[in-house]
Amino acid sequence: MPLRLEIVTPEAKTFDSDVDLVVLPGVEGEFGVLPGHEHLITQILPGELVVRQNNQEIYLAVGEGFVEVDADRVSVLTDMAVNANDIDEKEAEEARKRAEKALEEKGGVEDEAYQAMLRNSLAKIKVKQHRHR
Amino acid sequence: MSNVRDIRRRIKSVRSTAKITKAMQMVATSKMRRAQQQALMARPYAMLANKILAHCAASVDQHTHPLLDQREVKKTGVLLISTDRGLCGSLNTNLFRETLQYDAANTVFVTVGRKGKAFLARTGKKLLADFELMENARLAQTRKVSGFLTDLFLKGEIDRLDVLYSEFINTSTQRPMVRQILPIKELKALQVDHRGNSSERPALEKPLLEPEFEPSAAGVLGALLPHYVHFEVFQCFMEAKASEHSSRMVAMKNATDNAKELDKHLVLQANKMRQASITNEILEIATAQAAMS
Repeated sequence: MPLRLEIVTPEAKTFDSDVDLVVLPGVEGEFGVLPGHEHLITQILPGELVVRQNNQEIYLAVGEGFVEVDADRVSVLTDMAVNANDIDEKEAEEARKRAEKALEEKGGVEDEAYQAMLRNSLAKIKVKQHRHR
Repeated sequence: MSNVRDIRRRIKSVRSTAKITKAMQMVATSKMRRAQQQALMARPYAMLANKILAHCAASVDQHTHPLLDQREVKKTGVLLISTDRGLCGSLNTNLFRETLQYDAANTVFVTVGRKGKAFLARTGKKLLADFELMENARLAQTRKVSGFLTDLFLKGEIDRLDVLYSEFINTSTQRPMVRQILPIKELKALQVDHRGNSSERPALEKPLLEPEFEPSAAGVLGALLPHYVHFEVFQCFMEAKASEHSSRMVAMKNATDNAKELDKHLVLQANKMRQASITNEILEIATAQAAMS
C-alpha cells in the first residue's frame, strides 16, 4: 500500500507523491510514518523532514505546522517547505543574522514574525549541514 | 483662437497620454491575473487547514482560548488595507468613507498602503502603526502585520479587530468590506475561490472519525488558531490586491478610451481648420488675380 505525502504551504503545494516512509519533526520528538498508520493529528516544529522514495532519501526543511496522518496519507500544513538541494546556505545564514539583529534591536512590534523567520532559517541551515556530513 | 499648430501639439500630448494609460492598463491586467493566481495557490492550504480545524473543533467541547475571548468593546483596532499608488478609480475613496463609522476616540488604526496612511494623517485619526508590504506579499510578510495585531488583542489594548479592505466581486466591481477577525466569533471554514473571493463561507464540515491527537486536541487547536488568524488576514490582503489591480485596470481603460475620443475630436478640428485656411488662401490668390487683370 502506498503512502501519499502532500506538503502544502500558502504559496504552493510543494510535494505531492507516493513515498515509502516519512520522518517528521513532531512536537514530542521525531516520528516516522509508514503506510497503515493510525489516524493522528499533531503539530510539527521547524526542522528536518525526511522522505524515503524508491530507496532514495529526500531531505526537506520545514517550518512550524500541523500534520494529519491517515492510513494511506500524510498531509503536512506548514508555512515553509524547501528541498535541501534548493537551500542556499549563505542566504539562510544571512536571513538568520537579519532576524537575530532585528530581534535584538526592535523588541516588540514585529517580534513574532522575526522569530518565525529565525526558526525557519535555523531549520534550513540544520538540514543543509546534515546533508554535508 | 487656437491655431492649427496648437491643436497639433495637443494631439501629440493626448496620444502620448493614451499610450501611457494603455501601458498601465496592460500592467494592471497582468498583475491582477497574478494576484488571482496567488489566491488560487493558497487553496490547498485553506482546505487542509479546514480539515484539521474541523477535527480539532469537534473533539474539544469547551472553546477557551484567548483569541476567542469576547470582551466588552472599549477599544477597536482597525487594519486599513489601501493601495500604495493612486490612479485606481474610486477604490480608496470608497474605502475611506467606511472609516467614518468608527468613533475616533476609541479606535486605533493600523495601515498598510501609503494612501491610507496619508488619509488618516490628514483627518487626524489615531494611527498606531504603518506597515509596508511588497507587491506580491507572502504569508511570511503579512504575518508581521497579523502578529502585531494579535499581540495587541492579547495584551488587551484592543478588544476587537476589524479589517477594512476592498472586496473583490468581479473585475468591474469592488466593494469596501469590514471583516471582524478578533475575537474569533465562530470557526468558519477558510475558503478561497479562483478569484480570491472569500465572501461566502460555509460552516466547518463535521468529521466522521475521531483521530488521535498529540499532545491533545485542545493543544493543537490552540496552536492552530493563531495560524487561522494569520491566514484570514492574508486572504484580506490578497483580495485587496486583486481589487486594486482590477480597479486600476478599469480606470486606465476608461482613461485610454477618453483619450482616443479626444484625439478623434481634435484631429477633426485640426483638419477643419487646415481646410479653412487653404480655402482662405485660394480665395486670396483668386481675388488678387482678379484685381490685377
